[in-house]
Amino acid sequence: MFLINCPFCGERDQSEFSSGGEAHIVRPKQPTELSDDEWAEYLFMRKNIKGIQFERWNHVHGCRKWFNVVRDTSNDKILSVYKMGEKPPVNYK
Amino acid sequence: MKNKYSVFSLIKNAMSQHENWQQAWGNPEPKKEYDAIIVGGGGHGLATAYYLAKKHNLKNIAVLEKGWIGGGNTGRNTTIIRSNYLWDASAGLYDHALKLWENLSQELNYNVMFSQRGVMNLAHNLQDVRDLKRRTHANRLNGIDAVWLNTEEVKKFCPIINTSPDIRYPVLGGTLQRRAGTARHDAVAWGYARGASEMGVDIIQNCEVKGIKRNGDRVEGLETTKGFIKTNKIGVVAAGHSSVIANMAGLKLPLESKPLQALVSEPVKPIIDTVVMSNAVHAYVSQSDKGELVIGAGTDSYVSYTQRGSHNIVEETLKAILELYPIFSRMKMLRQWGGIVDICPDASPIISKTNIKGLYFNCGWGTGGFKATPGSGDLFAHTIANDEPHKLNAAFNLNRFVSGDLVDEHGAAAVAH
Repeated sequence: MFLINCPFCGERDQSEFSSGGEAHIVRPKQPTELSDDEWAEYLFMRKNIKGIQFERWNHVHGCRKWFNVVRDTSNDKILSVYKMGEKPPVNYK
Repeated sequence: MKNKYSVFSLIKNAMSQHENWQQAWGNPEPKKEYDAIIVGGGGHGLATAYYLAKKHNLKNIAVLEKGWIGGGNTGRNTTIIRSNYLWDASAGLYDHALKLWENLSQELNYNVMFSQRGVMNLAHNLQDVRDLKRRTHANRLNGIDAVWLNTEEVKKFCPIINTSPDIRYPVLGGTLQRRAGTARHDAVAWGYARGASEMGVDIIQNCEVKGIKRNGDRVEGLETTKGFIKTNKIGVVAAGHSSVIANMAGLKLPLESKPLQALVSEPVKPIIDTVVMSNAVHAYVSQSDKGELVIGAGTDSYVSYTQRGSHNIVEETLKAILELYPIFSRMKMLRQWGGIVDICPDASPIISKTNIKGLYFNCGWGTGGFKATPGSGDLFAHTIANDEPHKLNAAFNLNRFVSGDLVDEHGAAAVAH
């Protein structure tokens, strides 16, 4: 349980948001060209990091907009919030 | 040879104020090399080591545990055991485990307090009714006992349930598996640890794995907080931390780790003599032998390794519990905790080889691994010893995410995961 600083609405309780999982998984440009292994990688395989993770959230009970969050999954601390389409902050690896 | 537990050993030890009981399992330092190493000293890992030693004649085995045995999800779950899964592959897997549970106390000479008090799954809307009836038929085709109960029969089986049609989650019926029930979770870990230790398995606690040493496409050993240990067979049974270990070998798994919560109330006199699961609303209730209500909630929606979980999840669960069991409205909750569960996209486990030779994974049990402990250990031991899956876990391979042959138990498994 934590607060998320929505870039559009400000700081709100986590229960107002819906987690969209790992961020920056690029949708395949040529789906018909993909092998089964590549499909599995895109659809199912996840980093599931213990530590600093880049992820997507949706303010589902608020502005309903999507945005990105950098969060440490070992203690739920949010390190950075940035809008969709913006470059991820480089100071976290 | 360890002392056998019996009424005579109990009387004998009572004479000396129970001060001379033998240690149940050893506390060795790791050797330089093992034939097989199990990473994770929970119920599944200890069971794997036990069956490797017992059925596959491997004696030089170690179990590495970063904390203390049974301190992870084995000691954090709500101890529900059942096998009423929809698909054939799951039915085979979970009923194999249930059959092993039925004899486990005798097998281990350790009372795991297995109690076949029945598990009832409630239906709250018409779709639940259709799904649960379908599952009942599927179970019976697979030789698993299952019956459909209408609202009056539910009320008769568990009289404290509010079956008024006017409540938020009206009870439209339910399914009952009478062979299902509960067991004492700690005892399962301790019983397997004692049995494995007796056969020469080294159980090494406070030993965290820090790296996996590879030579090309095969494993050579493990870097641990107690130094390097050589082995060419590694079985990883690390539950919520499976992805962390996989990452050390350069593997990615189809898992997301999330906190799952449970809580217990103050102890009261016997009031509920079965297990009632209300899957659509994530409210699971049973009563422990101490008299506490044991309540299970749902998972948080986001990846986290914090072993606590959010307040709003517990709030939703307790809202549903109070609606269904108004008699509990003044109960006080004593403790709340979380465990990290590793969830697969199809809500079925992975008991599988990998493309790295000598590296095996048993993970992805998600919110329901405890019930499978003996079966999971038995089948994983078979997979490690023969480098081939048993026919009961062949469907639960890692390659199913590439082939598309998923065992989709979301919802179908009687639980909305």
